Amino acid sequence: MTEPHPFLALTDSDREEMLATIGVASVDELFRDIPPGVRLQRELDLEPALSEPELVAQISEMAAHNADTSRELSFLGAGIYDHYVPSVVNTVLSRGEFLTAYTPYQPEMSQGVLQAIFEYQTAICELTGMDVSNASGYDGATVAADACYLAKNATGRTKIVVTEATNPQVRQVVKTYAPGFGLEVVEVPHVDGTTDPKALAAAAVDAAAVIFQQPNFFGCLEPAPDLASAANEAGALSVAHVDLVSLGLLEAPGNYGCSLAIGEGQSAGNAQSYGGPHYGFVACRSDYIRRMPGRIVGETVDVDGQRGFVLTLATREQHIRREKATSNITTNQTLLALGGLVHLTWLGPQGLRELGETCMSLAEYAKERLAAVGVEPLFSDKPTFKEFAVRVGRPARDVVHDARARGVHPGYALGRDYGGMDDALLVAVTEKRTPADIDRLAEVLAAVTR
Amino acid sequence: MTKLIYERSRPGRRASSLPRYDLPTASVPSELARKSPPRLPEVAEPELVRHFTELASRNFGIDTGFYPLGSCTMKYNPRVNERLALIAGFRDLHPLQDEGGAQGALELMWRLQAILAEVAGLPAVSLQPAAGSQGELTGLMLFRAYFAARGESEQRREIVVPDTAHGTNPASVTMAGFQLVGVKTDPRGNIDVEDLRGKVGPQTAGLMLTNPSTLGLFDENIEEIERIFHGAGALMYYDGANLNAVCGISRPGDMGFDVVHINLHKTFSQPHGGGGPGGGPIAVRDILEPFLPVPAVIRNDDGSFGLDFDRPQSIGKVRAFTGPFGVFVRSYAFLRMWGDRLREMSEVAVLNANYMLARLKETYDLPFDRLCMHEFVVSAQTLKREHGTTALDVAKRLMDYSFHPPTVYFPLIVPEALMIEPTETEAKETLDAFCDALLAIAREAADEPELLKEAPHDRPVKRLDEVRAAKHPVVKYAFDEHPSADVGPSAVAAEAPKGV
Repeated sequence: MTEPHPFLALTDSDREEMLATIGVASVDELFRDIPPGVRLQRELDLEPALSEPELVAQISEMAAHNADTSRELSFLGAGIYDHYVPSVVNTVLSRGEFLTAYTPYQPEMSQGVLQAIFEYQTAICELTGMDVSNASGYDGATVAADACYLAKNATGRTKIVVTEATNPQVRQVVKTYAPGFGLEVVEVPHVDGTTDPKALAAAAVDAAAVIFQQPNFFGCLEPAPDLASAANEAGALSVAHVDLVSLGLLEAPGNYGCSLAIGEGQSAGNAQSYGGPHYGFVACRSDYIRRMPGRIVGETVDVDGQRGFVLTLATREQHIRREKATSNITTNQTLLALGGLVHLTWLGPQGLRELGETCMSLAEYAKERLAAVGVEPLFSDKPTFKEFAVRVGRPARDVVHDARARGVHPGYALGRDYGGMDDALLVAVTEKRTPADIDRLAEVLAAVTR
Repeated sequence: MTKLIYERSRPGRRASSLPRYDLPTASVPSELARKSPPRLPEVAEPELVRHFTELASRNFGIDTGFYPLGSCTMKYNPRVNERLALIAGFRDLHPLQDEGGAQGALELMWRLQAILAEVAGLPAVSLQPAAGSQGELTGLMLFRAYFAARGESEQRREIVVPDTAHGTNPASVTMAGFQLVGVKTDPRGNIDVEDLRGKVGPQTAGLMLTNPSTLGLFDENIEEIERIFHGAGALMYYDGANLNAVCGISRPGDMGFDVVHINLHKTFSQPHGGGGPGGGPIAVRDILEPFLPVPAVIRNDDGSFGLDFDRPQSIGKVRAFTGPFGVFVRSYAFLRMWGDRLREMSEVAVLNANYMLARLKETYDLPFDRLCMHEFVVSAQTLKREHGTTALDVAKRLMDYSFHPPTVYFPLIVPEALMIEPTETEAKETLDAFCDALLAIAREAADEPELLKEAPHDRPVKRLDEVRAAKHPVVKYAFDEHPSADVGPSAVAAEAPKGV
């Protein structure tokens, strides 16, 4: 008898009956179209199958070798943040009807997820002040590449301007995609932690798009309306890369003239999960709706006039338009975006504002406490949101190492991405860090920076 | 009609409770401050849970029933995988944690890479791409980097793609800056080799091929195709969307491919999540390894695991960090529960598909009369000609039998196509019930065609006006047209309790 496998349902007699119906003598015969020369003439060299209890034990053992943020007091951010994810998120995402559904190609079978995406699109548009949101992109870096492709096709121009104070991972992904798009990428340096609108205006001449981040990678608040104007005056698409959690306090990019708002959605609704899966969001003005990448859900009616939802504007997409599509994306990050919707619904407008204020107050408290032990802000005259850079007086990598030995991860060492910043540390504070945690950070940094 | 969450909203409600610390309130400079609050929903937590539970009840997943969507590999998603991905050591691990504090995550990725390399028959793996189509694009970037290093990038501009390919292939060709060259399918469902010969030469950068193809057929001329491309100095890309057919049976590397992407959300059971997330790792031949994205996940000489950023010929990064890690946990768990029995997974997937094909091929048109692999394509052309009922009508009528329809109207070269992929995880009774339904629907098409044309009859909505949706796009809730005062409280009280 074939040893049963937990994920298979066929019995030996099922197999015999099925082979007889097909008219072959063995399963091997089903593969007769595969030329012998390309068949694997041995078994796969893999370890034996595990039972579920063995699997859980082995993988849990691996997980125990990680210093996660429930075990180590952490001030790491730099694009991914340890915000609290409410219990209702996992409640909703665990529903098999959402978890195990495919892309909603058949709307009558998929009204639940279609309506959820429509509600998500509405939330993203509300937060960003835009007219249209897609159903999600892969992450906060790839959506920047999406924006470049859109901008190139919308303007016919071949230059992309991105501020140096934009997340380095975002810039790296843009630079990786750019040659295929036929684009050159120009970076505009920061001046004391923010971008000079005049320098940006000069660079923006003949650009397809100008990408800046608000709050920027250093946590500083950019003069975002001026940056958007600099781009718009040059006829470039102004693209704001924003943090959803900041948009209860900070003005929506659509309200200061941006053409697109994009970003990493992880702060809203997703665990850190060692970098993914998360979701990127892309929102734009209605002028660009037919150039948007990815899925978009639209409202319509059924034959009885009842409201319903469908995937729409599919003629933009690869399965219809093929080599002329606005993007090659098909699988996206719907379940993570649904997590974002649930988290944002849980917060509501009041909760979102309060969350932003709490993070900002804690960050201000942290700046004070660190300054009090001689760890000064790097850009002291610039307002920040939930993250800020400090000078630690010796290589920040060593400071991280020594602080971790005392049970605190003090932040991200900026030297890997920015020349001349080897002694700079980027410190992020979320609502999960208490004033006492921040006191502990100050105590540890006081010990390891001198 | 189900209310939108925005229609359930009432000013002053909220579901969240947040810590309040005794600190001075911080505020942003007024010129950067938000002028009016975003109109997020205002609901209490019980209403939130009921709303999304109601939406779930209006959706259909593998957990609900049979979902034979061709080319999508809708297999059962083991729940232990979800449990493992949510272990705090994985879930709450920051991607910039020092390598020393992420040894478990790095080890899991390194071990997953080794398994994928063995399954693909190619030695070097990058887990970074976020989905299959990003794997494709990454693979084509590797092609370009490879030819640039050989001084052939100006010369080799063309990528050959067969007419049966997924739309992602031609879209990726354009995004990678190459030119598309199409190639036809022959009467047996293979690439037309004579057509191909005339299209491959010194201008060719490579081929993108799904094998088995979207027709569910293994290309019998794969060895000849390999000689044509490699003989011309070009490279070969394997679209792994259909890898579920051949695990442990025939490996892309052994077929001659230089790059393969693997859809972790198809073959290796990452749940599809209503559209994503996925994972699209690529495995490559040694000549392409220097160009893979950074960082590489490596094992150091001392047995520890690490990230290697020092790859001077790398194409760069295609997404942030090292890839969708939670997906890796699930697929690694899945692969460890199959272990050295993985071949059986593909064998049963192919057995199930052939069994269904055998039961259906007398009633539906069969464009290529061969054994299939893990999926097959039949056509409703005769039903359409004789009774005026289309593949779409058949698909909608299947909903009345409580099945998710197969993929329809794809691949494009088969008119009225129904593309059926059962996967290995279905019971024979389920396969039989689905075949019985398709046979019954064929009879209904003759006797009562309106049953098909008006289907579905008992889904939450009937057929939707997709033309209207595209002509007059409404892509977000129009608050102004529905002021919340006009919306009454949820009218559930009027419904009599069940069973009374």
